[in-house]
Amino acid sequence: MGFELILFYVFAAIAIGTTLLVVVQSNPVYSVLLLIGSFIGLAGLYVLLQAPFVAVIQIIVYAGAIMVLFLFVVMLLNAPREELVTSGILESPATRTIGAMLAIAFAAELAWALNRSSTLAWTVTDVTRRPFSVPEIGRRLFQDYAFAFEATSILILVAMIGAITLAGRQLTEGARLKSRPAGDASRTDGGMAEGGRAEGGRAQL
Amino acid sequence: MAPASRRAGERALIPSVAIAQLVIVGFVFVVLLTAAAGMVYMERKVAARIQQRMGPTLVGPYGLLQPLADIIKLAMKEDTRPKAADPILFALAPIISAAAAFTAFAVVPFGAETDFFGLLDQPVPLQIADVNVAILWVFAVASMGVYGIVLAGWSSNSKYSLLGALRSSAQMISYELSYGMALAAVLVLAGSMSIREIVDAQAGAWLGFIPRWFVFLQPIGFFIFMTAGVAETNRAPFDFPEAEQELVAGYHTEYSSMSFAMFFLAEYINMVAVSAIASNLYLGGWHGPLLPLWLGWIWFLLKVGFLLFFYVWMRWTLPRYRYDQLMAFGWKFLLPLSVINLLATAAGVLYFGI
Repeated sequence: MGFELILFYVFAAIAIGTTLLVVVQSNPVYSVLLLIGSFIGLAGLYVLLQAPFVAVIQIIVYAGAIMVLFLFVVMLLNAPREELVTSGILESPATRTIGAMLAIAFAAELAWALNRSSTLAWTVTDVTRRPFSVPEIGRRLFQDYAFAFEATSILILVAMIGAITLAGRQLTEGARLKSRPAGDASRTDGGMAEGGRAEGGRAQL
Repeated sequence: MAPASRRAGERALIPSVAIAQLVIVGFVFVVLLTAAAGMVYMERKVAARIQQRMGPTLVGPYGLLQPLADIIKLAMKEDTRPKAADPILFALAPIISAAAAFTAFAVVPFGAETDFFGLLDQPVPLQIADVNVAILWVFAVASMGVYGIVLAGWSSNSKYSLLGALRSSAQMISYELSYGMALAAVLVLAGSMSIREIVDAQAGAWLGFIPRWFVFLQPIGFFIFMTAGVAETNRAPFDFPEAEQELVAGYHTEYSSMSFAMFFLAEYINMVAVSAIASNLYLGGWHGPLLPLWLGWIWFLLKVGFLLFFYVWMRWTLPRYRYDQLMAFGWKFLLPLSVINLLATAAGVLYFGI
């Protein structure tokens, strides 16, 4: 147990430290990378909670897939530094008040959740009940929570179709501007993915 | 490599499983480094033979010490960095690449359980960690490897590097899907995500002489896995990230000396890892006819060696695709094929109990 406790503190320190640094330092690319570090620290904590499946999914989905997109956006927007906003809506008294209230509400919620955790019927480190094995997760998803699962799938599908439609409309407009044949989708797509975005994003550097 | 595996265990001489595990960790590290050097030699030799040349012959017998000379040459070079590069990320990128390559091997088993001829109290598996989400782990680490390349391209602040990095990440993200679908078909067949259990599901033979390897049940899956594996490791004919005629050297254009060597190392270790995983998942790992189980690592090495040779062979035989062809192939052919393969496999397991 002692070893696991040490590991817990190591991973917790990684998660908290990197998360703090995400907010504190000003280079967006570093922020993205530190957030990945934070996700990996969290994945380590999941392993300690006997949930290796959740840990690996955390790395694949968050640290792998989503953060790659974040990194791309930040890199191609080419913003080397965040500007410190000294005026406008972010500095107004109303923003500060609402922010402070949200922070207090969050702290209260955290305290409530932590207080409640000691009264749970069982703890996550209880090895005899392992609700996190892959077959068990599958069974729960497709039996107990089938409706929520399918509803989420449809939501994601709708978002995906929306994204494709938006991107597709821009593509055809771009093609019309350059008086290219609109039917030649594969060539246009290849050009966008490779040359167009890359040179457009990097030209300012 | 193989006899050294047993010697490494014997040298420990302490009947403690924990120490044996540590020895295996160190051993895998050293073997991977050696394998990368060996692969450089093999690549040059095979390339030379394919082009009717001799390849390296001067350093050592048959030029065998050539990789050592290469390493010394690389280490002696000046480590340059472009003035406008981001210093921290520029240094970090090759480290991420190499670390991700090594990490993938943590879940790859390379032999049956052994107690090293009674030296240990209980048998240890020839593997660093037998986790029950091993296949997903391989997948997760592959997605981490993208960062090394993207960061290298971006932090170099050079357009060739950035173009190479963008191509590479687009390629890796596209082919990761087919890669994952092929892996999913195997885990449906084996009913487990632990690579060791998948290998053990392939023990024995049909009709007494056909080994029960998944490659016979999953020929399409094997094809998809190897194709996506080549694309994931950025090797020819999918080596767009460094297409030298177009991009100088792609994402590692600005790198020199040991930081370049780390990218090189990562590429070869990734090749070894993909070959090792393919031989475990499709070619029965250490199971094979003729040899007893405790000599199974010989089968494993033979299979990995064959796949690595295949990799090199392919590189020097096939010309590079065009970039849009690569993307169209990945999305319009390989991905639908892998989905059909997964559905057919699942249906086969569900209704016919394969």
